Amino acid sequence: MSESPGAGLRGRSRLGGPDIVRIAFLVALLAVALAFPVLFPSPVATNYGVFTLVFVAVASAWNVFSGFSGYISLGHAVFFGSGAYALGIAARDWHVTGVATFGLLPLSAAVGALIAVPFGLIALRVRRHTFIVITIAVFFIFQLMAYNFSFTGGSTGVDAPFLPWPAATYNNPFYYISLGCAVGMIALAWLIRRSRFGLQLRAIRDDEDRARGLGVHAMRVKLTAFVISAAVTGLVGAVWFFYLTQVQPPSGFDPLFDLSVVLMAFLGGLGTVAGPVLGALIIEPGQLYLTVTFTNGYFSEILLGALFLVAVLLVPRGIIPTGGEYLRRLTTRGRSAIPAANPASQSAPASTGPRSDEGAMREGGASKGARRRAGKAL
Amino acid sequence: MAREIYQAIVDGILIGGVYALMAVGLTLIFGVLDIINIAQGIMVILGAYLSYELAARLHIDLFVGLLITVPAMFVIGVVIQWVFIRPLRGRERTSMTLLVTYAVALIIEGILYQTFGADDRQLSASYVISSVHLFGFYLPYIYLYGFALALALVAALYTLLYRTSFGRSVRATMQDETAARLVGIDTNRVAAITFGIGVAVTAAGGMVYGATNAFDPNSGYDLISRLLAIIILGGLGSIGGALAASIFMLTLESLVDIWQPTWAIVVFYAALVLVLLIKPTGFFGRQAVRAQ
Repeated sequence: MSESPGAGLRGRSRLGGPDIVRIAFLVALLAVALAFPVLFPSPVATNYGVFTLVFVAVASAWNVFSGFSGYISLGHAVFFGSGAYALGIAARDWHVTGVATFGLLPLSAAVGALIAVPFGLIALRVRRHTFIVITIAVFFIFQLMAYNFSFTGGSTGVDAPFLPWPAATYNNPFYYISLGCAVGMIALAWLIRRSRFGLQLRAIRDDEDRARGLGVHAMRVKLTAFVISAAVTGLVGAVWFFYLTQVQPPSGFDPLFDLSVVLMAFLGGLGTVAGPVLGALIIEPGQLYLTVTFTNGYFSEILLGALFLVAVLLVPRGIIPTGGEYLRRLTTRGRSAIPAANPASQSAPASTGPRSDEGAMREGGASKGARRRAGKAL
Repeated sequence: MAREIYQAIVDGILIGGVYALMAVGLTLIFGVLDIINIAQGIMVILGAYLSYELAARLHIDLFVGLLITVPAMFVIGVVIQWVFIRPLRGRERTSMTLLVTYAVALIIEGILYQTFGADDRQLSASYVISSVHLFGFYLPYIYLYGFALALALVAALYTLLYRTSFGRSVRATMQDETAARLVGIDTNRVAAITFGIGVAVTAAGGMVYGATNAFDPNSGYDLISRLLAIIILGGLGSIGGALAASIFMLTLESLVDIWQPTWAIVVFYAALVLVLLIKPTGFFGRQAVRAQ
C-alpha cells in the first residue's frame, strides 16, 4: 500500500493508455450498475443490490477516515444508527409522510456530522488501541441510550413512514438512491485521496509526530476526515432505515456492522479507493446469501469469521494492493517495479516489522515532497 | 440508605475482584504481545460453558472443574496465538490482530450458539444460592469464594512474573521485544505462553461470572467492552492498574445502580471517557508510547 501514493502521482501526470482503459472500465461498471434493476427486475435481486450499495457507500466512507488516517474506528455504527434514528424521529414528530420523507435525508447527514465533532474531539486525542477502544465505548453508550431514552422508542425502536408503492418496483427508487450515495462517496474518496488533504491524512497514518513536525495540523485534518466520514455514514444509515422501515437499538447500533465494514475495507485493501468497494461487493452479497441459506444465522457467523481469518492469513494487505503488485510484477517480467522494501521483507521475516515501517515512512515522505513539487509546478 | 450504600460498596469490591481476574489476562496479553484480544469476552463465556458442562454431565464441582478447564483454555489460547496471531507482522499489525481476534470471537460465538442454543444458563451449586450474614451484610458464598480465587490467582500471576526466570523473560519482552530477543529470549515462546496464561486465567473468571450471572453466547460483547474500559482506565499493560480499575469501576456501577439501574452500565463508559480526557494514559499508564 505504501508505494501506491507514488504510483498514483506518476499516473496522474499524463493520460496514458492504462488510464483510458481504466476510465472505460469505470464507465462500463457504472452502466451495469445503472441497468441492474432493468436486467434483474425481481425484488430479490434488487434487494441484494440495495444492501450491497449501502455497504459500498459505508465501507468507502469508513475508509476515507480510518483507511487514510490509520485510526481504526470500530464505532461507525454510532453514525449509521443515529442517521437512521434521526430520520425516523424527525418524520414521526414533524408528521412527515410518504415521499416527502426523502427530503429529511440531509438532516441525517447533519446529525452524523454533529455527533462526530465532540466524539472526534475526545477520541482523536489518543492513538492506536486506545482510540479503537474509545470508539467501542462510545458505540455502547449510544446503543444504551437508544434502549433507555423515551424518544427513541426503547427496545421497540422507530418505524419509518409508509410508502404506497407497488411491491414489484418498491426497491428500485432505493436502489438508485443508494447507488447515488455509493458513486458520490467513491468520487469523494478519489478526490480526497488525490488532494493535499488526503496526503496530510496519509502522512498522519505513516508517522503522526513527523507529520506535525512538517506542519500538518493533525487534529484539524483528522477531525475533518472523521466528520466527512460520519456525515456520509449517517446519510446512508437513513436510507437503510427507510428501506427496512424500522430500526431497533440492536439493529441500528450493531457491533457486527462495524466488523463487517472493517472486514470489507481490509479484504479489498485498506486506504485504497477501490479496495473497500471491492470488499463490499464480495462480502455483503455473500453475507446476505448465507443468512438466507442458513436461517439459524449461527453458521453464517462461523463462516464469516473463518473467511476473514483465511483472508488475513493469505492476503494480509488486501486484494487490491496484492493484486496490483502481482500485475506490476507480470508487466515488469519478474523484476520488481519497486526494488526496496518488499522482497527484503519476505526473505527476512524476523526483521520485517521495523524495516518495512521505515520504508513506508521514507516513501510517504518522498511522495509528500513530490506532491509539493507537483503542486508548485501546477 | 447508608446501609444500601455500604452493601453496594461491598458488592462492588467483591464483583470487582472477579472482573480483575478477567481483566488481568487481557492486560497481560496486551503488555507482552502489544495486541488487544477482542476474543477475551467470549473466552470468559467459553470458560463458563465448559464449567457448566462438567458440572451438568460429570457432576464435577465448579471449583474442582477449574483443574480441567484452566489447562484446557491454556491450550486453546496457545493454539490461537500460534496459528492466527504469530504470523501477523508489519505496519497494520495493530488493527490486523484486533480483527483476527474479533473473527476468532465470532467463530467461537457461532460454535457456542450451535452447540448450546440461545437459552440463558447459569451455573448452580449449593454455595451459589446460599449466603452468609457477616458484619451486618448478606454476602453470597460464591462472591466470597470468587473473590478469594481472584486474589489467589492474581497473587500467583505476580509470583510468576516477579519471582521466576520465565517471569523475567516476560517482563523483558514487555519492555523491549527486540532487546529481549537479542539477549537470547525466545520471544515467540514467551508470547504464546503468555497468551495461553491470559486466556486460562479468564476461564477461572468465567466460572465465577457464570455462577453470578445468567449468560448466553452473546454475553461476550457486553463483557469485552467492560473489560476494555477497565484495562484502559487502569493503564494498558499494568496488572495492578487492572486490579484497581476493576474494583473502582464495579463499585461505581454498583453505587449508581441504587438510584438508576438502567443507566448504571453507562457509568462505565462515561468514567472511561472522563478519565481519558484528563489523563490519556489511564491511572497507572506505563510509558506513554505503549499506552497511546
